Amino acid sequence: MDYVYPIYEYRPSADQRAAKPVRHKVVVIGAGPVGLTAAIDLARKGIPIVLLDEDNTVSVGSRAICHAKRTLEIWDRLGCVAPMMEKGITWQTGKVFFRDRQVYAFDLLPEGGHRFPAFINLQQYYVEQYLVESTQALPQIDLRWKNRVVGVASGPDGVRLDVETPDGRYAIEADWVIAADGARSPTRKMLGLDFKGKVFEDRFLIADVKMKADFPTERWFWFDPPFHPGQSALLHRQADDVWRIDLQLGWTADPEEEKKPERVVPRLKAMLGEDAKFELEWVSVYTFQCRRLERFRHGRIIFAGDAAHQVSPFGARGGNSGVQDADNLCWKLALVIRGLAPESLLDSYDVERQQAADENILHSTRSTDFITPKGAASRLFRDAVLSLAADHPFARRLVNSGRLSVATVYTDSPLNTPDRDSFAGPMVPGAAASDAPVRRDGKDGWLLGSLDNGFAGLYFANDRIAPATATALVALDQMPVPIRTTIVAPQPIAAPAGLNVIVDTERLAARRYDAADGTFYLMRPDQHVCARWRRFDPAAVEAALARAIGRPVQ
Amino acid sequence: MATLRTESGFERPDDFYELLIQAHQGLTEVQSAALNARLVLLLANHIGDLGVVREALDRAREGV
Repeated sequence: MDYVYPIYEYRPSADQRAAKPVRHKVVVIGAGPVGLTAAIDLARKGIPIVLLDEDNTVSVGSRAICHAKRTLEIWDRLGCVAPMMEKGITWQTGKVFFRDRQVYAFDLLPEGGHRFPAFINLQQYYVEQYLVESTQALPQIDLRWKNRVVGVASGPDGVRLDVETPDGRYAIEADWVIAADGARSPTRKMLGLDFKGKVFEDRFLIADVKMKADFPTERWFWFDPPFHPGQSALLHRQADDVWRIDLQLGWTADPEEEKKPERVVPRLKAMLGEDAKFELEWVSVYTFQCRRLERFRHGRIIFAGDAAHQVSPFGARGGNSGVQDADNLCWKLALVIRGLAPESLLDSYDVERQQAADENILHSTRSTDFITPKGAASRLFRDAVLSLAADHPFARRLVNSGRLSVATVYTDSPLNTPDRDSFAGPMVPGAAASDAPVRRDGKDGWLLGSLDNGFAGLYFANDRIAPATATALVALDQMPVPIRTTIVAPQPIAAPAGLNVIVDTERLAARRYDAADGTFYLMRPDQHVCARWRRFDPAAVEAALARAIGRPVQ
Repeated sequence: MATLRTESGFERPDDFYELLIQAHQGLTEVQSAALNARLVLLLANHIGDLGVVREALDRAREGV
């Protein structure tokens, strides 16, 4: 069956008849994956949102198809992931070919014991449709289709927006605006903000074809293949027997000509075989850019996703980093709106997500330089690396067909409390929390699923914990910004009143967190580690919490 | 006697590769070839082990 685009009805809002502009707490511009994720996250924290979208349907074309483990964990926290997992195609293996031979294969998640795979592939239109369906159960979200923002006036205490609808224009005000209106962000343009970076002089054909094929569910990447000499090619499976094919065309290709079926079909037949049966679902020719805003927060307007930063597609770092922007921003904004944290907490969004954007731009620029070498020396080394890769492990590490999206570790975040005790392994302050299989109330579950939407403590205990410790742990949950602690134990132990216990059935949690009896981790609401200790010390935990919400105590 | 190491030697191979490509930026093909020749001589001298260098030369030549 072919995908049927949903049409979402435009409904006039009472705001359009108001005598003076109605004031809202948060207006989100753009109901793409990033804006929808932000709206859902804020709504689940009890914040009312107006979400404006200029269109009345989902993404046209499959666009962002690779959704990374961390993104799936975020959507799981928001209760939206089930239909995506059901519809999406799970994969973790990539293969790289040079000319007519395979030079290597990689496994993105070689270890078990994680709820989510390295990636699922799912067309962006499905992702948006499922997220829209999730908003329908959240009365805090006022989603207005066919509402195009045409004017932005930013003041110190709020923002005024002019909005065009089928019934004409109206104005609204907002305490805060999240601009998630995409790579061509009209908000960014209306504010006249620079979007600096690098444009790559190359063109790629992107073709989604529908076919019954027996290629495995893997990412296949070719450098200089016999069917498309001198260029690169990518084959990737999506839901509904749709396959994504990317073909490098070179800078001189004419984008309009190359989109015509009489040009596209012979290229695809050269790749898939003369007798291959397929239908074209979507064709586009694109160039790419790596660039970002200098700052993501402009007073009361905060940019997220492609509106704030843009990367080339190799590595699936566009959509994934946008969802992670929303994940980073929403808990901070919710605390500021409630008066529980100073406005300056939002500056940490800038620090942390600029670090992420720079990391994504660096990786994606390097991949692009490797895939489309400019200049004779670049091509010489690229081909030398590929010719060595089959027989020399060091050269495989240099092959770069895309460094695939993983969560950024906020190493230098001002919200981290530096370690005072010694720990091994990757769960450093700033890292996204690792998952592990656990049992809770006799049922199988996952460590990340045991954390909720607020600050969380993980207390590792080998045995029954002392009553005084239990009392202090429960007290953390009574603070204005509560910390809900979960006890992680190697076997079922009696849960002290007010605390949950999860059983670390395979001891993977203790191993992944390098934890021993008495180890305590403090997690932020976005499930990044912000502090950890070998011994639980309530005063140190309170100080770390204060630092993590932008109220450092001396 | 040492043998040629073919496991990855760099903690962050992408950093090395970027440095290498950057070194060639703005050079003509002739200049690039000269840079490569000088680089081979410098690194070979640094290795200072004829057995290892011979093995590397053999492997490099096999693939061209």
